Amino acid sequence: MCCLSDSVKITTDVDSLRSEIRDKSVRVIDVRREADYKQDHITSAVNLPLATLLSDDSPERVLKLVNSMGIDDETRVVIYDDTFGALASRVAWTLEYLGHSDVSLLETTYGHWKSLGLENDSKIPDIQNKDHSMKLQSNILATSDYLESAKTRDDVILIDNRERLNFLEQHIPGAISLPYRTLASDGKILRPKEDMKRLLDNRGVTENSEIITYCGSVGTLSGLAYYALKSVGMPNAKLYVRSFKEWKNLQKPTEKQEDASYWDLSAE
Amino acid sequence: MTASNLKQTAKPVKPKTNWARLDEAENFAKTVKLFRQGKYNEDSFRRFRLQHGAYGTRMTSDYAMVRIKLPAGEIYPNQFEKISQLSEQYSIGNAHFTTRESIQLHWVILEDVSEILSSLAEVGLTSREACGNTVRNVMCSPLSGVCSEEKFDATPYALATAKFFLRNPMTQALPRKFKFTFTCCEKHGMARIVDVGLIPQTREIDGEIQRGFKIFLGGGLGNKSFVGHQLEEFTPEDDILYTSIAVVRLFDRMGDRTNLARNRMRYLVNEMGWEKFQNLVLKERAVVRATQSVITRLKVDKTPSEVRRPIRISDESGESAPDGFARWVKSNTVQQKQSDYYSVFITLEAGDITSNQLTTLAEIIRDFSAEGKARTGFNQNVAIRFVHGDDLSKIYTRLLRMGLAKSGALTMTAPIGCSGTSSCNLALTNSHRLAKEVQRKFLELKLDEDDDLRDSSIKISGCPNSCGQHGIATIGFFGGGARVGKDMYPNYQMSLGGRSDGDAMLGEICLRVPAKRVIPVILKIVELFKEHKKSDDSLQSWIHRVVTGNENSQIKSLNDIKKILEPLTIPPTKEEDPDFYLDYGSDTSYHTKTGKGECAA
Repeated sequence: MCCLSDSVKITTDVDSLRSEIRDKSVRVIDVRREADYKQDHITSAVNLPLATLLSDDSPERVLKLVNSMGIDDETRVVIYDDTFGALASRVAWTLEYLGHSDVSLLETTYGHWKSLGLENDSKIPDIQNKDHSMKLQSNILATSDYLESAKTRDDVILIDNRERLNFLEQHIPGAISLPYRTLASDGKILRPKEDMKRLLDNRGVTENSEIITYCGSVGTLSGLAYYALKSVGMPNAKLYVRSFKEWKNLQKPTEKQEDASYWDLSAE
Repeated sequence: MTASNLKQTAKPVKPKTNWARLDEAENFAKTVKLFRQGKYNEDSFRRFRLQHGAYGTRMTSDYAMVRIKLPAGEIYPNQFEKISQLSEQYSIGNAHFTTRESIQLHWVILEDVSEILSSLAEVGLTSREACGNTVRNVMCSPLSGVCSEEKFDATPYALATAKFFLRNPMTQALPRKFKFTFTCCEKHGMARIVDVGLIPQTREIDGEIQRGFKIFLGGGLGNKSFVGHQLEEFTPEDDILYTSIAVVRLFDRMGDRTNLARNRMRYLVNEMGWEKFQNLVLKERAVVRATQSVITRLKVDKTPSEVRRPIRISDESGESAPDGFARWVKSNTVQQKQSDYYSVFITLEAGDITSNQLTTLAEIIRDFSAEGKARTGFNQNVAIRFVHGDDLSKIYTRLLRMGLAKSGALTMTAPIGCSGTSSCNLALTNSHRLAKEVQRKFLELKLDEDDDLRDSSIKISGCPNSCGQHGIATIGFFGGGARVGKDMYPNYQMSLGGRSDGDAMLGEICLRVPAKRVIPVILKIVELFKEHKKSDDSLQSWIHRVVTGNENSQIKSLNDIKKILEPLTIPPTKEEDPDFYLDYGSDTSYHTKTGKGECAA
C-alpha cells in the first residue's frame, strides 16, 4: 500500500495548522537545530533536528524517535524547517517510509511564520510515549542497486535536484537536472499545483513514469522534489536517499558536460 | 528566501514600459514540444528560438542561453529581483551582463525557457528579438541624462526606437541582425561601431534651439570590422524615425542573404561605397516620408523621471569611510551634471554576478538612487545613478559587504571578456576567464589608481568574431590556437590603438601572444609607455601616436613594439612549462573545438 493517500495533503497551509494546533489534533515537528528550537518555535512543536535523525536512520531507531515524539499510527503530523522545506521533507519521507501516512509539510518556513507574527514560544511540551507500528514502504525508497537496474528502463526518469553547475560537473548518467530552487514559488516551499504540473510536463515528467529523485548527499533537496512530484499526484515517485555521495563512493559511473568551462561564468 | 520584506519605505519606482507578451511564453513551450516530437525542422526551429531570445550553447542541444533585452539599458529593482530568482531556478545561480546592455542566463534547459519567458513577463521584460536577424537591443549610453557633455538626454529616443521596432513586421526577417546605439556625447562614444549610431546635437534656427542627432551608418565589429560614416551634418529629431526606417528597408532589400558570413550592413556599405549608400539612404528616406499613410513619429516620452532622494531610515553618520573608499570613488564614480549627484559604476568580473548580488543591488538601488532604477552599461557592467554625494560612503559600505565594491570600473583594470569557451559554440579560447585573470592581477598591482591608464581599455574575444569588441580596445585580443610540433596552446592576436570615441578607429594588429603570456605582455607595454611618454600622455594617447605614425621617441611604430615584445611570446617546451599549454580554467590539454555559430543563423 502506498504512503500518502489522496486525502492527505502534501503541504498544509498556515491557517489549517493554526486551527489544528488549537484543537490539539496535530503533532508538529520542528527539524531545526536544537539551539534554534529552544529559542522559539511554533507553539506545541517538538524538536527532531535533522542531524539527530541522520546520525542513525535505521527503521528501529526511527521507530524509537517517533514513539518518543508521541506519534502513533493515527497521529496527524506536520513538519517544518527554516530551509525552504528540504529538511522537513527528508524527515517527512522517513516517517512515510516507516509506514506513517498522515504527514504533511508546512507550506512555508518558520522564518516566514514568525514574520507573520503567528504563534510561537519557547515552551517544550510534555510528551507521552506512543506505540507506532513498523510497515516499511519500500516502494518509495530507491537504493543504489535498485537505481542501477531501474534506470535502464524506458519508463524510469531520474531527477537530479542539485544546482545546475554541480549537475554539469558530474551526475548520474541519464539524469535530468531540476534544481531544487525551481520547486518553490514566492513564500511557499512548493509552487502552486498548476505551475508545478506545467513545469514537469514541459520536461517530460509525466505520471506514466516511475520517477526517482536524488541530490548531493542525504536526500534533503531530493526529498523536497519527491514531495513536489507527490503534490501533482505523480503516483510512482521514489527517493534515492543516499544520493550522489553514495553513488560516487561506490565508484559507479558518472557523466559530465564536456568541452565547456562553465564554472568560469560564475562570479565569486 | 521566504524572509518577509517589511521594510517598505518610499513607493517603489515601477517600470514605465511593459516589453513583454505573455502568449509568447506559451507559444514557445508548445513549439519546443513540437520540435522534440520531430514536427518542426531544425532550421525553422532555430530561427524561432533565436527570435525569442534563446541562443544555442557550446556542444549541446539540451541547453540554451536566454538573453534578456533591456532597451536603453534601463532596469528596475523588481526586475533585478526576478532575474536573480530565475538565475537560481533555471540557470547556474549567476547572471551575465553583456556589452550590449542585456543580461544573459546561461545553461538553461531548452524546455525551461518558456518558464523564464513567462516569469519575465510578470515584470515587463522580454527576450524577444534579443537574438536572430532582427533589430537587437536598442542601446543608450548609461550616462545619457546625466552626462555633463551631452546636448540633451537621448534615452527617450532610444526607448521610442526600441518600442517602434520590437515585433514590427518590417524587422522580423532581416538579412542579418541589426543594431542601434544612442549615446550621450562624442567622448563616451560607441556610435561609430554599430549599424546605426546616434549622438544628440542641437542647432539654432531663428533663435530657436532645434534638437537632432549625428547619425553614423555602417559601422560594426565582427570578423571584419568597420567604422561608421556620418550620414549628414544634422538630422532633425523629426527625421530620426524616417531615417531609421529607410536604412532598415534598404538593408532588408539589398543585404546579402546568400553569404551568411558577409551580410551585416557594414559589408553592404563597404562593397557599394559610402557615397552611393549615403545617396540611397537619403532617397529612401524621401520615399518613406512621402509614402507613410499616417504621420509616423517616434513616440518620445519627454516627461522627466522623478528624482527624489530616498529617505534614510537609520542614520549611519559618524561612521568613517572604510578602507579603499577614496580609490573606489576615483575609479568607479562619475559626477553628474545635476549638482550633488553621482553615477556609481559597479565593477564586475567580465560581467558576471551572483543571484545574491543581484538581489542586493535591487535593495541598494531602492535605498540610494533618486531615480529608483539602474542602467546597464557598455562594458558588461551596471551603473546606479543619482546617488547623492553625501551617500557615497554608505553605498560603498553596502556594496563592500556583497563583494561589489571592487575598484577600477571605469579604468583599464576592468577588461571585457566575451563568454568564450564557458558557453559559446564558436569560441577557441577561454577569453572570459582570461579577462578575470587580467583584472585580478591589475587590481592587485593597483593599476586602477594610475591616471595615465584610466582612459585605456583591454577587450578580449575568444575568436575573431569580436563579441569581446577587441577592435576598439587600446589593447585588444582575439583567441585562436597555435602549435609547437603536435602540441597546441591557446594564443591571442593582439591589436593596439582601437577606440570608439570621436576619433574612432580599429586597433592595428601587432603580434600573437600566447594566453599565458598576455599579462606579462600588457605589463611590458605599460612599462614601455612609462619610459617613453610625454608628461601629459595617457597610455591611449601614446599608443594612438605610435599607431598613427606620429610618435617621435625611440618607439616609432607598431613594429618597434613588436620587436621588444617578441621574446616574451616564444613558446617554452612542454617539459619546461606544461602550464603554458593549458588554457585558463582548464586542466586538460588544449585543443580547439567549435560547433555551429548562430550569430549568422
